[in-house]
Amino acid sequence: MQSGAKHGDKMRHLDWKCLLINSMLLFGSLCVLTLLSDPVYAAEELVEVTASNVISPPELTAADYPQILGLNSRVTVWLVAQLHLWFAAFVLAVPIFVFIIEAIGMWTRNRKYDDMAYEFIKVSITAFAITAILGGLLTFCLFLLYPHLMQYLSGIFRESMFIYALLFFAESVTLYIYYYGWHWLQGGNKKWIHLTIGLLLNSVGATLMFLANAWLTFMMSPAGVDANGVFSGDSWAAIHNFLWNPINLHRTIANIAFGGSIIGAYAAFKFLAASSQEEKAHYDWMGYTANFIAISALLPLPFAGYYLTAEIYAYSQQMGITSMGGVFAWLFIIQAVLIGVLFIAANYYLWCGMGRSEGAYRYNKYIKYIAVVIVAAFLVWFTPHTLILTNVELKALGGPYHKYLGPLGIMPAKNTAVNLMILFTAISVLLYRRANKIPTVSRVEIGNLVQIALFTAGIINIFILGTYYGYFTNTVYKIAASIPQVLTTLIIIGISALIDLVIYKGAKEVAPLHWGRIPDRAQYALFLVAVAFTWLMGLMGYVRSGLRQHWHVTDVFRDNSVEAFTPTLGYAASVVSVGVVIFMAMLIFIFWISQVSSQKTVVHGYWKTT
Amino acid sequence: MMQLIKIVVFSLLTIGFFTAYSYYGIPQIIPAPPPEKEELDLEGITTADLIVLGERIFKGKGACTLCHNDVGGRAPMLDDIGMKAQENMADSRYKGTASSVEEYLYESLVDPSAYVVAGFGKMGTQDSESPMTDVRTGSIKLSEEELLVVVAYLQDLSGLDVTVEIPVGSTGTEESGQPAATTTQVVTTNTRAKYDSAEEILSQLACGVCHIVGHYQGLIGPDLSHIGGSRSKDYLRRAILDPNAELTEGYMPMMPPTYGDQLYASELEMLVEYMSRLQ
Ligand code: HEC
Ligand code: HEC
Repeated sequence: MQSGAKHGDKMRHLDWKCLLINSMLLFGSLCVLTLLSDPVYAAEELVEVTASNVISPPELTAADYPQILGLNSRVTVWLVAQLHLWFAAFVLAVPIFVFIIEAIGMWTRNRKYDDMAYEFIKVSITAFAITAILGGLLTFCLFLLYPHLMQYLSGIFRESMFIYALLFFAESVTLYIYYYGWHWLQGGNKKWIHLTIGLLLNSVGATLMFLANAWLTFMMSPAGVDANGVFSGDSWAAIHNFLWNPINLHRTIANIAFGGSIIGAYAAFKFLAASSQEEKAHYDWMGYTANFIAISALLPLPFAGYYLTAEIYAYSQQMGITSMGGVFAWLFIIQAVLIGVLFIAANYYLWCGMGRSEGAYRYNKYIKYIAVVIVAAFLVWFTPHTLILTNVELKALGGPYHKYLGPLGIMPAKNTAVNLMILFTAISVLLYRRANKIPTVSRVEIGNLVQIALFTAGIINIFILGTYYGYFTNTVYKIAASIPQVLTTLIIIGISALIDLVIYKGAKEVAPLHWGRIPDRAQYALFLVAVAFTWLMGLMGYVRSGLRQHWHVTDVFRDNSVEAFTPTLGYAASVVSVGVVIFMAMLIFIFWISQVSSQKTVVHGYWKTT
Repeated sequence: MMQLIKIVVFSLLTIGFFTAYSYYGIPQIIPAPPPEKEELDLEGITTADLIVLGERIFKGKGACTLCHNDVGGRAPMLDDIGMKAQENMADSRYKGTASSVEEYLYESLVDPSAYVVAGFGKMGTQDSESPMTDVRTGSIKLSEEELLVVVAYLQDLSGLDVTVEIPVGSTGTEESGQPAATTTQVVTTNTRAKYDSAEEILSQLACGVCHIVGHYQGLIGPDLSHIGGSRSKDYLRRAILDPNAELTEGYMPMMPPTYGDQLYASELEMLVEYMSRLQ
């Protein structure tokens, strides 16, 4: 496409500057850390500290929280943290699938994969610099606005914060070697070395995230401290707290989905800006792959979500009820709408993509039915909710204390709808796969019949489960319906995928796919996926943090600042939206920069001729 | 450039839709403000006041209604606990040491697993472990005095005589070992901070559980959203201070008669003023 080397030169200048800034920020925050975790300094600061080595949470009053320039401390930290997280999620996720794509390229010896992997990592490299800057800013804001809390946390996590800083440095180094060494480390053993660096990069990245997760899960489900928050000295207990692993899992999967969706938006952007057919084909393929990654990671996400919620209940029933009842119950309705939007956009993209194949006309007639079911499921998902049970719910929710909670009562309806959505999306995928294939094995008919029977039986089963649990059991068991329903969905998808493999074994292609033959509006579906996913992540970030309510550290370190109250969902949504707008603006800037850096202006008569 | 503008507009519209949905698609519930630290002054308190106080803790700081309510089915209702307590103590599954209802109730609060009501145990523990935690710990953190007050309330709730005796000279929930000088928020029940607005009163006193008022949608009592049009201020004042004196036609006498004691005079006026403006 573009002359890689020249392009690289320009990028290099930009990036080394960023690296320099990073290191400075890092050094700065390290200084702050060591300073603040110095016991002597701590002893002066905290009245509560009797012996200099006891780490215990102070009892604060509103006056103890610094007021800086009239800033709203909570919203400031909220926005900066969320922005940092979006970029961090992106920067951590991209190397995961770059690594996989690189490996696929090595396996198939298809240069296309290697080039695409390189382009993925190229997008993430500018984002990496921004992640680091935001991380520095976040550290700064936290220590500035919540000094006592940070003092307490950095006392407990002194070692891990130090290791974090070192790892961050290691992450920068491996990332830069991985990226800048890409074209140098090619062929034979060198390629293996490069892949190993990729693995190293991912390990360092994962460890970084797990450490940071330990701090925030400690705030949710503290361990290694007694009932008054006094630290026992066992750092591993504090790290390995109750919600650590559930969050680790959930975040890893969500990051991949998120990273995929952002790369998808990048490809869409490039597709729309592309001038040649060749470029269009390239970015179409890239967008398709990225979207595929995003949706593949999105599908297991609900399970990680169930696991996390179950663990929250197990940790504290009260926290569990707060999460699914009270105000937060409505938050999950917003979540449902967002996921519905994601599904519709992803399906729409698939349908548009069928135009790439000459054989798709055979299946086009089914699409309108799938569309009807998915849109209907989407509507069921939120509309009846506010109609049925409204009074009971509002009565339950209208009181000043979070009473328990109508919405679980109609969870089964929602669950049924979401399972149908997943199933019909699976059908979309099956059709998409078939669009360009002609089966060559015998017994295709039987295979098809089995698949149809399977889907029909599954759909009936999902309906029965939903109805039974929805209307004939005790409230407590209503969520229980979700598990057999989801199992049904999974089994159907699994088995029909297997059957598909058999039927289409050695299938002929109708004709080579016409990459790039996709309408512009399909690219907007990719943007929609990216925006909805970003917004969703912001929303879920809010609830994860909001669950602590008026506690900095649940039950042991109370938040006595003026902003300790739980805001309304509209308020929270506005903050999330402002964050998403800033994030998108920065992202478009990054895309634009990568666009500009590959352009050359030819001038005549400006430079002296020598 | 045109493409860029289109993308930006499209993204903004999407974000706008999500925001608008969060505002208008779902009810805007104002969550309770964080519970305030209260200091109990039990010196010379009457039994009636004790029960009122107990109810307040039960529904407020104690967060008991989070689980013990008739909507969720997460915990048993406690209005017949007096009778049940006798039976439970005689049950072979009972592991506690209580010999009277009062002791049983106290034990239920600090060691809930001593007896687990059948069907309510933690998932997978065969009713051997209660999901309820010791209410002296965690975020509920009731003090010894508050426990006694709640026990008194539970006794009264289930139709028993209150036998709880308040130890003489007991004041307060101050955590021991806390140098008094470092705590500035000594808020006593008698000097609770004044509510700032009628909206806050509505939310604090949960009027919306029963009435349609503000953004609340309760259906037990009359719709108040246009009450100022048909009722005088005098009437409104009476309706709050002594709701059962003059019942609204078609409604049961279910409104708590205690608001007069819970509101400062200026707050009552603020509330009446607010309602009279609901035309
Ligand atoms: C997290 C939910 C939860 C909260 C909060 C809670 N409880 Fe419970 N409570 C339960 C459950 C579940 C049971 C039934 C299992 C058992 O017997 O322990 C129970 C049982 C009881 C019992 C014993 C009932 C019997 O028949 O033996 C009493 C008394 C009680 N709770 C009082 C309270 C009071 C008072 C509070 C507030 C200070 C409170 N609970 C807060 C969940 C809760
Ligand atoms: C437990 C339910 C409940 C709560 C809580 C409650 N009310 Fe009522 N309210 C009722 C019922 C039932 C009536 C009708 C019977 C009566 O007049 O007492 C009523 C009547 C009224 C009326 C008279 C309406 C008319 O048209 O005559 C007013 C005014 C009123 N309530 C205001 C309030 C305010 C203000 C609050 C909060 C401080 C409140 N209520 C809390 C149940 C409740």
